[in-house]
Amino acid sequence: MIELFKQPNIDWMGKAKYFFALSLLLLIIGWSAIFLKGGIKYGIDFKGGTNVDVVFAQPPDIDKLRAGLRAQGLVNTEIQSIRPLGLSSSTSNEVLIFVEQAGQSDQGLEDQSKAKVLTALAATYGVANPTKPDFNAVTPNALANFLSQKDPLGLSVAAGDKYQTLAKSLLGYRDKVKNGVITNLGDLSQVNGATPAVISALQENYSLAPFAIQGVEIVGPKVGAELRNQAIRVTLYALAGMLVYIAFRFYGGQIGGSTGWAAKGAVGFVLRLMDRIIFGLAAVLAVFHDVLITLGLFKIFGFEISLTVIAALLTLVGYSMNDTIVIFDRIRENNRLLRKEAFAEVVNKSINQTLSRTILTSGLTFLTVLVLFLMGGQVLRAFAFALVVGIVVGTYSSFGIAAPLVVAWNSWRGHGVAAGTGTAAGNKTRG
Amino acid sequence: MNPNLKWKVIFIFAVILICLYFILGMPTFPTSYATLKDNFAHQIKLGLDLQGGTHMILQVQVQEAVTQETDQTVDRLTTQMRQKNIHYDEVRRVDDTHIIARNVPSDQFNQFRDLLHDQFESSWTVGSAPGEPNSTLLTLRPTTIAAIEETTMSQTLETIERRINALGLTEPTIQPHGRVGQDNEILVQLPGEGDPAAARRVIQAGGQLQLQLVEDPQTYPSEAAALASKGGILPPGTELVQGSNEGRTPAGQNQGDVWYVLSRTPAVTGRDLRSATESRNTDMPGQWQINFVLSSDAGRNFERFTEANTGRQMAIVLDHKVYSAPTIQGKIGDQGRIDGNFSQESAHELAQILRAGALPASIKYLEERTVGPSLGADSIRHGVQASVLSLVVVMIFMVFYYRLSGVNAVLALILNLIILLAALAMFGAVLTLPGIAGVILTIGMGVDSNVLVFERIREEIRNGKSASAAVEAGFNKAFLTIIDTHVTTVVSAIFLFIFGTGPIRGFAITLTIGLIANIFTAIYVSKTIFQYHLANMDRQAELSI
Repeated sequence: MIELFKQPNIDWMGKAKYFFALSLLLLIIGWSAIFLKGGIKYGIDFKGGTNVDVVFAQPPDIDKLRAGLRAQGLVNTEIQSIRPLGLSSSTSNEVLIFVEQAGQSDQGLEDQSKAKVLTALAATYGVANPTKPDFNAVTPNALANFLSQKDPLGLSVAAGDKYQTLAKSLLGYRDKVKNGVITNLGDLSQVNGATPAVISALQENYSLAPFAIQGVEIVGPKVGAELRNQAIRVTLYALAGMLVYIAFRFYGGQIGGSTGWAAKGAVGFVLRLMDRIIFGLAAVLAVFHDVLITLGLFKIFGFEISLTVIAALLTLVGYSMNDTIVIFDRIRENNRLLRKEAFAEVVNKSINQTLSRTILTSGLTFLTVLVLFLMGGQVLRAFAFALVVGIVVGTYSSFGIAAPLVVAWNSWRGHGVAAGTGTAAGNKTRG
Repeated sequence: MNPNLKWKVIFIFAVILICLYFILGMPTFPTSYATLKDNFAHQIKLGLDLQGGTHMILQVQVQEAVTQETDQTVDRLTTQMRQKNIHYDEVRRVDDTHIIARNVPSDQFNQFRDLLHDQFESSWTVGSAPGEPNSTLLTLRPTTIAAIEETTMSQTLETIERRINALGLTEPTIQPHGRVGQDNEILVQLPGEGDPAAARRVIQAGGQLQLQLVEDPQTYPSEAAALASKGGILPPGTELVQGSNEGRTPAGQNQGDVWYVLSRTPAVTGRDLRSATESRNTDMPGQWQINFVLSSDAGRNFERFTEANTGRQMAIVLDHKVYSAPTIQGKIGDQGRIDGNFSQESAHELAQILRAGALPASIKYLEERTVGPSLGADSIRHGVQASVLSLVVVMIFMVFYYRLSGVNAVLALILNLIILLAALAMFGAVLTLPGIAGVILTIGMGVDSNVLVFERIREEIRNGKSASAAVEAGFNKAFLTIIDTHVTTVVSAIFLFIFGTGPIRGFAITLTIGLIANIFTAIYVSKTIFQYHLANMDRQAELSI
């Protein structure tokens, strides 16, 4: 049997104040960055505007590109290099051009910005011969039509769908091997079926622009605001749903029953209710804390919040909640078995007993998302970053925030503080 | 072997076979590797973010249809009142859903009441206008508004579908989007490398054809000039519509925009068309025209209308723009034509749009996203590589750490993924990037369930239990924890599915399916494998965990 820990015996609750201090520090750092540096950095999904993703044959000169955009009257643009991890921006072939939405116009989506960006690119980098179509922008259907008309293989009626297949493999080479931009049509000779006759027909009739459009996103300003509100609402609903379920599952799991000081009236009612749902509340607070810290780190590392990132945040919510419940379940179980021990001690034991599992699971999941972060390419980077951070923070918050919160509440209420005083609540526990 | 256990094993293999059939066995039964691959590509559909393509969200301006209904009611009401000789100072639209009728003489008021009661009260509530004792206020009923909005939505959806289908793209998706009855949005997805610009042009064209009587033979150079000549207020029942002189001047020179004063009520609308075709313009060589034929009912009405209005001008208005305003020479039956500066292509496109039908309300673009094929291929390559690599690392570690029991966990994980893919194929759900996030969380929780059980079993063994007793106790004790963690996450996923859209929904779907599958694999399947193993091993032997 390989074991990570042999009977760990760590006083987690004794260190609770350091955990709270650490969390507070992380929250302050992250959120002061947010408040001092212009708020949360939203992606196009939430702020609206136009994004054009362009890949170039050579690393583009950003200043030249910006000048070209300005010549088309596009002033509020952001140009961002997209690069693999570890490469500096000057060696990147791909840029993302963001154009702010022109006002809150109610005219719906104007795709003028997109057209202007395309014009600017053509004017700045140009097509070698404007009378010939650009091979880097041709669609499979257009290419197949061209090939069938030219018939460079001399197949005439026997062609069938051979040219469709050929067009697909030519463009497959362009898109998958050459990442979307071909600099020399002669390179296509590596494609199966591209005979010299095919290549020369292409060379005669097509030109090559030194760039290609990878993707375009246009989001109206109204949608941006709506999506933002919806994302927040949905996250809060999901948290509320979890709160209700956990509160129900751990309902009545208060520690020490009647030994705590009692208050009368509304205050007493609220306090007693809190006693009963404190597990649910603490779990939700801990998860909320995870989301807040992750948002702060997003700001510090300069990642944007997009719809995909929201999915990652929700993953982290689920993950962190999972972790907390495992510990809480163990606390509930131990509380029944160890009636004589102080509650803080019970919690310590529970965390220690589940420590192997916590480290194993978190470690493996962390590994998974780390691979995604390092290998997942730029589309997945912000998404994977949220998960990498989320798993560390989510695991930490289960023993560093959620469990200490339950202990702190109960000790404030005077429940189960000293050994042997509490009539253990286990008998009231359900499940 | 224990018969109970035998049935469990058979059941598990049946589940595996059914799942594999959903993933690889449809639509044609695989006999070669190639069909297997085709089946997989057919059954596991990729979202546009992975596959490449264009995604658009449009909003139907249903309010316009409501306004139109109110306008038409004003016309109907005034016509009826004139016929019945009921006097009034003014009947006009107050806003989108209200009509006010002022100063109907008291001796005619009962007659007016009856008219409203007989013909209008099914859609309108009738009351007195606040602060105006001699006025009557008609309010469009909420149920009518909802009905109008619903019809407008469904008509728009059908129209857009017909138009997109005419383009001949592969597997376009056109479906309602957002909250029902509130957002009035339509999602259009065009997978692959079509031409989004053409699709957009075709969708955006209103195609709203109206033939309206010209109320004022004079045309005006601007809106202000037109209003000034009418003393600042347009005559009731008329509207100003922009048109251009282009195509009407013999020299073909552009004289700029002009404004027409037209009757609000159209004599003919696009809905009355039976067909539309393009042909060469016989009067102007090199130009094209669109010929239309009216349905028989509309043809009869049009005949009466043209007979009554011979000698006056009638404007042909397309998408709120006057194309031409010829003089009615005499009775016209069921045919007409649209002149304009059309090329063959634009005439063909317009005829196609007219045939597909007009949009009952205009459309606003909310969102458009195009993912190029190389970007999609890039995402999928990276995503799949990363997922596979991390899965392999996790599996190797599990086997290293838990030995034979680790193999058990690996089998459970693989089965979990198979069930997940099969469920995606069965429900026709698409796999998107956020969906992959759901898969990752599923893998994480799958590993977690196994680790929870195994750690418990180890604890029981340390406490001196026999192998089979430890397995039994381990599963029993971990069971509630696993249920708690899974139910909590499914609860939140259900909220995400109900209230979220797009990517968030994709995430919720894969997560829910994955978690349900996980309860089955990590508890039922894993335990069965243990039991099978225990039944076949020496009673005194140690469990490999």
